[in-house]
Amino acid sequence: MFGAGGGTSSYEEIETTSVIFLWGSNARAAHPIFFHHLLRGLHNGARLYVVDPRRSESARWADMWMGIDVGSDIALANAMANVIIERGLANHDFVNNATTGFEAYAKTVAGYPLERAAEITGIPGDAIEQAAIAYATAATAQIVWTLGITEHHNATDNVLALTNLALLTGHVGRYGSGLVPLRGQNNVQGGGDMGAIPNKLPGFQDVEDPVLRGRVEEIWGRPIPPEKGWHLTQMFEACHAKMLRGLYVIGENPADSEADSTHAREGLASLDFMVVEDIFMTSTAEMADVVLPAAADWAESEGTVTSSERRVQRVRKALDPPGEAKTDLEIISRLAEAMGAGWGLPTAEEVWDELRRVSPLHTGMSYRRLDELGGIQWPCYDENHPGEKFIHHRLWKVPVEGPPAPFFPVEWVAPVDRLTDKFPLRMTTGRHLDGFNTGVQSGGFDSPIRVGGTIDLSPEDAERLAIAPGEMVQVISRRGQVEVPARIDSSLREGLVFMAVHYSETADVNRLTIEAWDPKSGTAEFKATAVRVEKAGV
Amino acid sequence: MTEVALVIDGVDVVVNEGVTLLDACRSIAKQQPTLCYLETLAPVNVCRVCVVEVEGSRTLVPSCSRKVEGGMVVQTDSERVRHSRRVVFEMLASSVNLALVDHPTREWMESYNVDPARFGPPAAPTSDRDQRHAGHHGEVVGGAAETVHQPIKVDNSLYVRDYSRCILCYKCVEACGDDAQNTFAIAVAGRGFDARISTEFDVTLPEGACVFCGNCIGVCPTGALMFRSEHELRQADLWEEDRQSVTRTVCSFCGVGCNLELHVQDNRIVKVTSPQDHSVTEGHLCIKGRFGYEYVQELGDLASTPVDVVLRRARSDS
Repeated sequence: MFGAGGGTSSYEEIETTSVIFLWGSNARAAHPIFFHHLLRGLHNGARLYVVDPRRSESARWADMWMGIDVGSDIALANAMANVIIERGLANHDFVNNATTGFEAYAKTVAGYPLERAAEITGIPGDAIEQAAIAYATAATAQIVWTLGITEHHNATDNVLALTNLALLTGHVGRYGSGLVPLRGQNNVQGGGDMGAIPNKLPGFQDVEDPVLRGRVEEIWGRPIPPEKGWHLTQMFEACHAKMLRGLYVIGENPADSEADSTHAREGLASLDFMVVEDIFMTSTAEMADVVLPAAADWAESEGTVTSSERRVQRVRKALDPPGEAKTDLEIISRLAEAMGAGWGLPTAEEVWDELRRVSPLHTGMSYRRLDELGGIQWPCYDENHPGEKFIHHRLWKVPVEGPPAPFFPVEWVAPVDRLTDKFPLRMTTGRHLDGFNTGVQSGGFDSPIRVGGTIDLSPEDAERLAIAPGEMVQVISRRGQVEVPARIDSSLREGLVFMAVHYSETADVNRLTIEAWDPKSGTAEFKATAVRVEKAGV
Repeated sequence: MTEVALVIDGVDVVVNEGVTLLDACRSIAKQQPTLCYLETLAPVNVCRVCVVEVEGSRTLVPSCSRKVEGGMVVQTDSERVRHSRRVVFEMLASSVNLALVDHPTREWMESYNVDPARFGPPAAPTSDRDQRHAGHHGEVVGGAAETVHQPIKVDNSLYVRDYSRCILCYKCVEACGDDAQNTFAIAVAGRGFDARISTEFDVTLPEGACVFCGNCIGVCPTGALMFRSEHELRQADLWEEDRQSVTRTVCSFCGVGCNLELHVQDNRIVKVTSPQDHSVTEGHLCIKGRFGYEYVQELGDLASTPVDVVLRRARSDS
């Protein structure tokens, strides 16, 4: 955001902030240790607003739970902005100094009066108003989000709706105020930082910028393709269009993890050649022509990962990998050798030192400093730089340092998978405390609290459908159906059903989800599926 | 920051206002014994082994929580302090199995000539401690010393509770409560010598509110709370700490970036801890970070084999 792809704040800041919005995040279950910091904030007097369709484990800690209808976040954010502007609570000094496009933004959000927003979101207008006033008048405030914001067909617009709120109130670029996207895996942030995204070189340098690209070409001694590549969802489209013929998959299980998995598997099956490098024989690996057994990055090899507070930390080898498994670095280096690249077999530290030359954000992060300081938060431009707890303080310089941050007015658009008489229930997805993504990692230990794969129903819907707890039911969407046991969950409102994502073998949620995806980020709309639930065997 | 001057064992000390006597002692490299104290938890002042003598104070004061005041004159090694600490250690050691306390604590006990046997031979283990009510325990027969010895509670796959090692330091309760986890699955039940750590209505852990983060294990100073893997290895006499490596790395689940210390013996993870001095975790983890490592163990047909058998095999192979 505002030119850097990372959360703005440190975990420690949420311990002393005044107002916290947990928006589309059930951090209590999905990011438990972040939630420890948040809880300390609550004990210190912060007020917590949780925006979530479910009254989740996190929502139970809230001063106000805002039970939002799935996919209506933009309407809520715009309505809050409208309240803030109408009541004169916008931070005009900040807006005038550090932003552009306020007029157009004000015009857009004026289209979201409370009555309309209440109708779209299902949240009472006075609750929206109260939340808006709390956010705008807080000394410091943070908005924390995860996949409830980003797993939608309009993911990028959802994020922009939140960043607009921060710009409107000046809740960014100061200690305690910020925008915090919590990452789902230990190196989602690092993967992006390292340039493992189709449009960026390491350090978020635009691959289509000839000056930046030229600098990296000089270090690498090779030309770099000047156009950005495809993101994951585009790759699957290209599979189906026969434009993508070969695929090298590293540590990813798209046969299970992609929305509309039947369609995704067809795409993978249409390839001429697929290599899978993984520590597991995943569903995707089963389909591969070649499987390269890999070492686990966090326990069997050396390297770094980057957390949701931009902290680069070292992972270290504690175990010898099993059998013929090799580290990702060794596999890639050997492949490069076989292709005649002449890289040899560099150590993880040698690769990292090259990265420090390529990415100015990481230049000051030697392995020695990472060890001494318990990790360093980027940017860290040189070896005397301690790293930054929070970023974008430049927006508070008068006049603003660097380019001002633009408002991006966004309009609410309903989820793609429409509710109809035939598919009347809104299904959303999420995580259990003891589960992780497709479950191949978290399935390995014997958890005393494992619920397993179920469809969770509100007591009202269960009663209407005459479904008892534990009863096997059919869940049917426009793309497929699964048979799973029912669980009655009073945290769900009528009309809302829930499935966890961890149980592809017994409760394959992605046979149901829709592949509608956000054209800007490539994320699919895992969070909003239209389904109906029937008694099994009827 | 205002500074405060005081005298500790005849040494002039200047420290910041608001620090504790324990901090002040440590600032001049005078270590004190502690059991219930931990940097990451609020002091509960229950173990009394850190007490010191403050001039003008009628009672000995717990150094872990008493804030410094200007002009204080403190004795950490007076006869009164030594005597008090010795008796506290003797009463604990006579009633509780302290075999797994850390090395410094054992050294303190030696330095105070702790003699737990002077209260008589330990009474036999009992299995009714969880049912006792205040004042209901009878007299001990035959001059034996009353103990908390009792069977180990093994009611789940991840960790065991051996309350014959429990000194009631409250650390587990604090870590489960508002100092870290905020789950409140355990608390102290009963009174006096019958006091014990319990779940609500004494249900098993899986039946209770426990979320199996293991943060209670992380703070336990006596080995009363233990990974099941460690417990099984100790039972089989295969736990060899001096042969274990401890490697710091980052958890593979979610993007918070919790630091893990992997305790490895014979190329198997046998325990996971987290460093207390790291800003992300302060030593605390969730169920996935602490127990979710099984997927990197050599599994195959060994998946359902007890860890001690696996380790024994690994050793005979090497």
